[in-house]
Amino acid sequence: MPGKSRRDFLKSSALIGAGITGLSSSSAKATPKNILSPDRMGVLVDTTVCVGCRNCEWACKDAHGLPAGDLESYENRKILEQKRRPDPSALTVINEYSPGKYSNLPVDVKVQCMHCDHPACVSACIVGAFTKEENGSVIWDTGKCIGCRYCMVACPFQIPTFEYDKAINPLITKCDFCFDRTKEGKLPACVDICPVEALTYGPRMELVMIARDRIRRNPDRYINHIFGEAEVGGTSWLYLASKDFNDLGFPELGKDPAPGVSESIQHGIFAYFVPPASLYALLGGMMWLSKRRKELEQEEKI
Amino acid sequence: MNHEGLNPVPLKRKFFTPGVIVLCILALNAVVFLAIRFLFGLGAVTNLNDQYPWGLWIGVDVAAGVALAAGGFTTAALGHVMHREEYAAVIRPALLTAMLGYTFVAFGVFVDIGRWYYIWHPLIMWNGNSALFEVGICVIIYLAVLYIEFLPIITERFIGKVNLPGILSKLNKIVDKILRLLDRGLSKTMFIFIIAGVVLSTLHQSSLGTLMVIAGAKMHPLWQTPILPLLFLLSAIAVGFPMVIFESLIASRSLNLKPEMHILSKLGAMMAPLLGLYLAFKIGDMFIRETFVYLTEPNTASVMFTVEILFGVVIPLRMLLSQRVLRSPALLFTAATLVVAGVLLNRINNFIVAYTPPYAIESYFPAIGEISVTVGFVAMLVLLYRFFAIYFPIVSLPGKPATQAAKYTVKGVK
Ligand code: SF4
Ligand code: SF4
Ligand code: SF4
Repeated sequence: MPGKSRRDFLKSSALIGAGITGLSSSSAKATPKNILSPDRMGVLVDTTVCVGCRNCEWACKDAHGLPAGDLESYENRKILEQKRRPDPSALTVINEYSPGKYSNLPVDVKVQCMHCDHPACVSACIVGAFTKEENGSVIWDTGKCIGCRYCMVACPFQIPTFEYDKAINPLITKCDFCFDRTKEGKLPACVDICPVEALTYGPRMELVMIARDRIRRNPDRYINHIFGEAEVGGTSWLYLASKDFNDLGFPELGKDPAPGVSESIQHGIFAYFVPPASLYALLGGMMWLSKRRKELEQEEKI
Repeated sequence: MNHEGLNPVPLKRKFFTPGVIVLCILALNAVVFLAIRFLFGLGAVTNLNDQYPWGLWIGVDVAAGVALAAGGFTTAALGHVMHREEYAAVIRPALLTAMLGYTFVAFGVFVDIGRWYYIWHPLIMWNGNSALFEVGICVIIYLAVLYIEFLPIITERFIGKVNLPGILSKLNKIVDKILRLLDRGLSKTMFIFIIAGVVLSTLHQSSLGTLMVIAGAKMHPLWQTPILPLLFLLSAIAVGFPMVIFESLIASRSLNLKPEMHILSKLGAMMAPLLGLYLAFKIGDMFIRETFVYLTEPNTASVMFTVEILFGVVIPLRMLLSQRVLRSPALLFTAATLVVAGVLLNRINNFIVAYTPPYAIESYFPAIGEISVTVGFVAMLVLLYRFFAIYFPIVSLPGKPATQAAKYTVKGVK
């Protein structure tokens, strides 16, 4: 019954086509919350003011329920001799570098998640666990995370860390911009404790103005670069410094958002499922034609 | 349709040989390390850390595994979609490889992710922007499709031969009925799955390339390019037939069969244009982005890149243009092996060698545990392949004319 099977073929192909296009309307929205609010908050870190007291490290641990020890132990500056990175036991760390042009004191740099305007982690996470919230915080839902560590591969600042030594419930960790504190109207713990006001919390737009103003008024103190104003499309955390950021442990990055290229490729391949559905139809057509040809050949033989 | 001389049968061989015992030991060794991984966490058996979140398991077990299982969809496209019946004999072995290959890709993901018990999350928690999500979903669906494509081989093996032991023997008739029903249903609808398999393969083979695009400057410029998805797709298509040749020649050696050179030479002849296309894009990309400057710096990256292109693409391409190579089993095997090794190296390069995180303290090299698990997975795959080839109708013996087998060979594409 070649005639019947061909009808079946067309019918089922049409059904599948309809199914695939039906899917597209719902899955087009299947992306995590990623808000770029004009009122998003940020922090301006003035590395020319920071004295490297590491009080912020203590306050951060304290606010996140991590073992913090007593504040006095942080006066020991020996640890600053090595370059550290945030890890599951410390979401922010201070690193020390040789003096810049402004004074002959060493330069201290606070390191934590930059809370990007176009976060690579939010774009990458396979289950959409990462979100960028209205107030600028980039946070994540531990309950969704499958531990694939793609967020770590994606982050241009190499920020998310993972608990490799846990067999059950290993966590992705990073700075969460004190999301629970700011929700209640409190300052982020590090900003709150900083004794010299090296950290300024406020709307990102205003912080950019403040930073520009400081550079204009003290051209001897600062280099003319606000790190995070343009890098990877902008970040909520901004830095001022007295020497080149490349010499302060910052990565050299362009101005394009990190997820830009991959997302446009992804959406190109999947534009409302049209390309895959047309490929399906094309292959179906080829299959039908080649089958038909074979059948004709066979009939001729008989 | 009647495939002259095509008659896939279970090969009646002894399962255990000295080689098989070695494979069993390698597989057991992997099981030990896997036990440690699940009891004490990833850190206990891997060299992964916050600088290098992905290592051997993602690079080889997952990325290379997917690429090397591409023979499944390229032979399906050739045999079923383009209806070239002369290739029917290689479809089942390639299907078996793809089915086993993707099964182990899934295992690879399962052991690599930190929270393996949440492996089902992507099914209900979607992120359409994530290349990894797309790869994951396509691989899951394709794996199901491969199992469905494989089902007729199971029904064919058991129809008319259901023989349950003891009290269950009362069910023999019913099970046989169910199998026959299943078989009939499958043969009417199989074309849907065959086409879906080809579409899903092109999708995730290319998205696997998109994966590393987001890593941006963390990836060495010799490999980081926006056309990575295209390069991944082209290389997967190019490695499909070499993989079939590679396996077919190994299988005929170890199972004592005559190599099917009349088919393999023709497949070999198709390799050259596919490889050429891949090479053209790879070189073109290098010139457009002017990355050849990095080749003059003598370091791991430039050496690995040169080896990958020279031994994995250029040399086999030149070999395959010669008729002598196409006709000689030994030379054809060499060329096919080079291509397979080249694509394997390419995936290792893309996912491991090219990855240079800004704050790396020391570079990554896989731990004994990681290597043991990867080697063990390959051993398990070979053992399962042998098991299926011996007990199920996979390999076609030349000569014997087909009787009932023809009814079962190519389901739904009659
Ligand atoms: S710095 Fe990294 S982790 Fe933080 S928001 Fe940006 S991409 Fe995400
Ligand atoms: S490790 Fe968790 S948070 Fe990171 S990408 Fe994977 S699922 Fe998302
Ligand atoms: S608390 Fe303030 S001054 Fe002290 S290390 Fe942190 S940012 Fe610098």
